Amino acid sequence: MFDRDALRNLEQQKDEWERGPVAKTLEQFGERSEEFRTTSELPVERLYTPLEVAEADYQRDLGLPGEYPFTRGIQPTMYRGRLWTMRQYAGFGNAEESNRRYKYLLEQGQTGLSVAFDLPTQIGYDSDHSLSQGEVGKVGVAIDSLADMELLFDGIPLDQVSTSMTINAPAAILLAMYAALARKQGVALDRLRGTIQNDILKEYVARGTYIFPPRPSMRLVSDTFAFCAEQLPNWNSISISGYHMREAGCNAVQEVAFTLANAIAYVQAALDAGLDVDTFAPRLSFFFDAHNDVLEEVSKFRAARKLWARIMKERFGAKKARSQMLRFHTQTAGSALTAQQPDNNVVRVTLQALAAVLGGTQSLHTNSREEALALPTEDSVRLALRTQQVIAHESGVVNTVDPLAGSYYVEALTREIEDRVNAYIEKIDELGGAARAIEQGYIQREIQESAYTHQKDVESGERVVVGLNKYRIAEEPPTNLLRVDPVVERQEREKLVQLRARRDNARVTETLEGVRRAAAGRENLVPRLLEAVDAYATLGEICDVLRGEFGVHQASVVF
Amino acid sequence: MAEQPIRVLIAKPGLDGHDRGAKVLARALRDAGMEVIYTGLRQTPEQIAATATQEDVHVVGLSCLSGAHLELFPRVVQLLREHGAGDILVLGGGTIPSEDISVLKEHGVAEVFTPGASTQEVVEFVKRSVNL
Amino acid sequence: MSLAEGVRRGNVRATAKLITLIENHPESAVEDLRALHPHTGNAHIVGITGSPGVGKSTLTDALAKRWRKDGARVGIIAVDPNSPFSGGALLGDRVRMQELATDPGVFIRSMGARGRLGGLARATHNAIRVLDAGGKDVILVETVGVGQSELDIVQTADTVVVGLVPGMGDDIQSIKAGILEVADVFVINKADRPDARRLMMELQTMLDLDPEKGSAWQPPIERTVATTGEGVDMLMAAIRHHWEHLTRSGELEQRRRDRYEAELQAVVEDYWRTRFFEYWQREGHWEQMVEQLLRKETDPFSAARRLLTPFLDSESRRVGL
Ligand SMILES: Nc1nc2c(ncn2[C@@H]2O[C@H](COP(=O)(O)OP(=O)(O)OP(=O)(O)O)[C@@H](O)[C@H]2O)c(=O)[nH]1
Ligand SMILES: [Mg+2]
Repeated sequence: MFDRDALRNLEQQKDEWERGPVAKTLEQFGERSEEFRTTSELPVERLYTPLEVAEADYQRDLGLPGEYPFTRGIQPTMYRGRLWTMRQYAGFGNAEESNRRYKYLLEQGQTGLSVAFDLPTQIGYDSDHSLSQGEVGKVGVAIDSLADMELLFDGIPLDQVSTSMTINAPAAILLAMYAALARKQGVALDRLRGTIQNDILKEYVARGTYIFPPRPSMRLVSDTFAFCAEQLPNWNSISISGYHMREAGCNAVQEVAFTLANAIAYVQAALDAGLDVDTFAPRLSFFFDAHNDVLEEVSKFRAARKLWARIMKERFGAKKARSQMLRFHTQTAGSALTAQQPDNNVVRVTLQALAAVLGGTQSLHTNSREEALALPTEDSVRLALRTQQVIAHESGVVNTVDPLAGSYYVEALTREIEDRVNAYIEKIDELGGAARAIEQGYIQREIQESAYTHQKDVESGERVVVGLNKYRIAEEPPTNLLRVDPVVERQEREKLVQLRARRDNARVTETLEGVRRAAAGRENLVPRLLEAVDAYATLGEICDVLRGEFGVHQASVVF
Repeated sequence: MAEQPIRVLIAKPGLDGHDRGAKVLARALRDAGMEVIYTGLRQTPEQIAATATQEDVHVVGLSCLSGAHLELFPRVVQLLREHGAGDILVLGGGTIPSEDISVLKEHGVAEVFTPGASTQEVVEFVKRSVNL
Repeated sequence: MSLAEGVRRGNVRATAKLITLIENHPESAVEDLRALHPHTGNAHIVGITGSPGVGKSTLTDALAKRWRKDGARVGIIAVDPNSPFSGGALLGDRVRMQELATDPGVFIRSMGARGRLGGLARATHNAIRVLDAGGKDVILVETVGVGQSELDIVQTADTVVVGLVPGMGDDIQSIKAGILEVADVFVINKADRPDARRLMMELQTMLDLDPEKGSAWQPPIERTVATTGEGVDMLMAAIRHHWEHLTRSGELEQRRRDRYEAELQAVVEDYWRTRFFEYWQREGHWEQMVEQLLRKETDPFSAARRLLTPFLDSESRRVGL
């Protein structure tokens, strides 16, 4: 990108500068640290100049926005055209209560819904299962059947919103419920917009809400890919997530590496199931974390886009531009928040959100200040949303595309991350791909190693966390945190009793048998799931049938 | 090597899969010379109490981030007592609102560590309380 | 009530406490072990060994469940290594045995090897005794498995099951020397993976070439998928078959005789060693002696003789110690 002679001159100049003014300053004042590193332990130089990016080739490495390799963004005009989708993850208690929260958020200017499910739902148990005790409605909304879905979206026309559902092991079932509900609302399936997370591999690694063993789980994923490709062309059939692995402790490089490795596994599985890459790849979406180290995060997003474009084009021969684009949702880093001096979290979230926007995210969730302690109250959620709105309308960073491109530091860091991610992907390929690497505990161990190192650095004070290990104050623990009324659990159980009495149980049995047969065979499961949910078979009943056919995953804890 | 290592069971009752804290703590305890039994996710109070009894641990550390701690932690204490193992120290950790801490303590949970607590605090607490 | 009585009555707490005592203060457990001795010898002790990750714990879990189906009471001891740096340990084998935790017919104990290198902990042997006397019909012992010697398990178990897996560097060339000799039963686990059959054939060939071939017991090779339970019936049948062979051929008694002999030797050695070091490590005598060696003021032989003198009464002098 630079003239050779100019570079040579610069090299000489920089050398003199280092021996002259820099050496003198160092002698007098020193620097705050022997060496500087990013949050992910990448070394940071004192100064970046064209010398550090001399290898870069503009066309090859950056290109134009909306063009291969999409380093600068997936869309030619980016936020000059349309802002990102502001999407606050929400849901707690029962469907009615969550419905109220959604309507509130939409009134406040939020542009997409994001459904959080409670743990029993995520693990395929009904609210009246013994393991559900104490968990119903706690971390999200409890959905037992289509009846709950009807309440959850009451008064919200499904063709008017885009809905993201954080659901993995039973993703196909919740998708079926959403589709069944659309039919009831008279909305054609091809008008549905949204995302199911459907990323089971990272559940084994980090998030823990798996049900079935990897093989049948991967089949469920492929089945949803095929079903979506055919019937829900505007639906993201998966959100391949680095977020939870990052939250579990890995660094930015590992986040991208493990996410892309998982993505490769999904694409491969779908190809093995006989799908054509360009039919499903356009509907693959991603989900990343935004941490505090702003420039590293921006570089991470840029590197991820470029890497994915290369992988899709070169490894999988995807032809459509949309198949090569890495579209992603971002959530700010929950693990970077502190329970101490929770107001400081507002500042952290602002930095993180800024990084996501500068990195070109397609949608964003900003965490609320007390998220380290409990579910956010309505006030905190509003503040978190306002943070996005201030960035969007007041900061000015949205007015040009990829504004940090060309920063010597950001470009050098983008390149560094790319190289390191490639090394990881090679290693995982050697291990036989992501699924095998997970089975062998490789990815888990990498994450834990980083998590433990981080913790030790925080405890030794080497890594400063404001308000936690430095600048501490005596403070009273916060009160008035949002709580889920325990009565919800009882109500949900009663609702189930009524449902089972009300519905056509013969049809339930029959459609469940259909699910069982499909599970035992090879046909796509999703249409059978649709029939079952439509007959008001519960999530737990359907999952029990699948557990019977597929077995359950035994966790492999690896240290 | 310590003549008699402290034995600790780190368990995750409830359904949440966030085991970063539990695993980091397990390692910190190990590095402090303790024998740490780790049983993984989704443990029922019954499993935890039975395991603690068979393993004859000094301490059970419970980690729960789903908000189900008020249901689950006291149940573990109660079951330990039923097993004649009421002397096993039960510690709790996770996103636990301060109002709940006193409730848990009333129900026999010896101490509760909330987000931001350092592993060294836990190590020290365990060493002090077990006092071999 | 003594711990031994508690053990005899099937009290879980007492059993657990006694094992802890054996681990930490074996000398204080002597009375209880004495009391339990007459009640031992009934359980079938099955060792499960193999490289890390071959599925020892998963197999142990599957076998235990299988035995439970027949109503047998099962004891499990799972040994993991301790960190040489801190002395601490992460004991994670139970992760694979979750469903057994609440089964009253099963007792599981995790153990740190505590510096011992033979694959088991020093306390494992007596812990087995405790479970045996407590009425367990089968005791499954999972070894450390980290490329160490298999000595301990051979001396402890009636039946040694050696686990191998296809495609994990466990191809036939790299099978640890010595593993063929210790196996009473081979199991190729993770048979759901490619190459399981090949590994089986290679192993068979290798066994056929073994000079020991033709002895009374030919180790069978079973194939399992421990995670689904496939093949576990056959594995258990093979283990039982070996037990029958042991009892029928009189080999059981021979093995147990050898074992008691080794144990007696160990107890004696241990007794002396403990007393010796307790005596000399007080007040820095030991260090002083080492210091003198360093300065060539004495030699190891004279030093040893000097250190041993206080332990030699007239009787032992007579036999020339
Ligand atoms: N595919 C497959 N995986 C298995 C099988 N048996 C065990 N595994 C998996 O292999 C991994 C290791 O299993 P463990 O039972 O912990 O192995 P181990 O030998 O006890 O391991 P260490 O105690 O660490 O030495 C786990 O992820 C198991 O789920 C099997 O038959 N097939
Ligand atoms: Mg094991």
